[in-house]
Amino acid sequence: MKRLLDVLREDFGLTGTKEGCGEGECGACTVLIGGEAVNSCLIPFAQVRDCAVTTIEGLTGAGALQEAFIREGGAQCGICTPGMILAAAALPAGADLDQIRRGLAGNICRCTGYEGIYRSIRGAAQSPSSPE
Amino acid sequence: MRTALSSLSLLEPESLPEALSMLRDAPGVTPLAGGTDLYVSLNFGTLPDTRFLDLSRIGSLRDIRLQKDVVSIGALSTYTDLLRSPLVAERVPILASAAREIGGVQIQNRGTLGGNVANGSPAGDTLPVLAAADAVVVLESARGARRVPFGEFYTGYRQSVRRGDELIVAIEIPAIHGRQWFRKVGTRAAQAISKVVMAAVRSSPPRIALGSVAPTVVRLPLTEASLAASGSIEEARRVLAREIHPIDDLRSTAAYRRRVAENLLAQFWRETS
Repeated sequence: MKRLLDVLREDFGLTGTKEGCGEGECGACTVLIGGEAVNSCLIPFAQVRDCAVTTIEGLTGAGALQEAFIREGGAQCGICTPGMILAAAALPAGADLDQIRRGLAGNICRCTGYEGIYRSIRGAAQSPSSPE
Repeated sequence: MRTALSSLSLLEPESLPEALSMLRDAPGVTPLAGGTDLYVSLNFGTLPDTRFLDLSRIGSLRDIRLQKDVVSIGALSTYTDLLRSPLVAERVPILASAAREIGGVQIQNRGTLGGNVANGSPAGDTLPVLAAADAVVVLESARGARRVPFGEFYTGYRQSVRRGDELIVAIEIPAIHGRQWFRKVGTRAAQAISKVVMAAVRSSPPRIALGSVAPTVVRLPLTEASLAASGSIEEARRVLAREIHPIDDLRSTAAYRRRVAENLLAQFWRETS
């Protein structure tokens, strides 16, 4: 019954995945399972047997996204950032602003006001090494 | 996490028959689907249950298919599955509308239709849709299956006719004739629990269901009859205001909910005429 979040952070030492609210509201604990964004605070570890789980540490090919967050001011205090980047990585290629807003509706940031985050994601999509 | 996880146990069946045998032998074990409600309670330390049955490996409960004229939706279908289903889009678009407004993408990817029904929150966003659609809940146990009309499923606040040895395996939605309408009113578009949620069908007579205005989701038979008889929206608004009994709580007030419910009724009637 252990949460995926706790296994990642405590057993594997992968502390890039953050705990915010612990109730599926804030998205700070977002990871990808089979490429789809999920809240790792609500997932029993038993349910990820044989699944591919991607955390911020293992997000390959998303350099453009991470660079864009730095360049465009997409990160401030940083606790929501890993979840934001993973939710962004799960967006369809060429997502428009409306799709980005919907795709990140489950990720809450208390610093940036979101504009920098949306700008980062759109900026990353336009740069040559776009995310997988 | 306020619940001591070491005090909990999890059964992990690989198939539906195995799950049903486990439920027969240990009735009262709590089925666990997407976890999006259950783990919130676990995290708060408010869930009394200690024994759980993980359903995630029962792939057969995730089908969405047409049987004659009935859309049969496996209980483990996620909100994302509902949003991607051409059958749902064509036949029950208001179910997709409800799915789209539940949580964020992360919740939609894990939360299930069967879980929304089983959790039985008065604010469950798919529940007014199922009520207005005259859906049927398919319950299965080791002894066999039975079908319960959705309007007879709940017996009180988070209480239902499901026995401890039964599992919700599917939701069946018969053909709907008439324009469908859905609207959720919450604090913001995403990640908000409904203040009022309405689903309705412009059939004859019309079918109207509301969430967050009573201990369970409700149909409004008096309001439906009023509209069918007179077609006067002003009269129907007055009937509705007497028919529902919302409460003040941390999300809203009874007065606000009654006013919004009336306005939603008027909007439904106007937009489906």
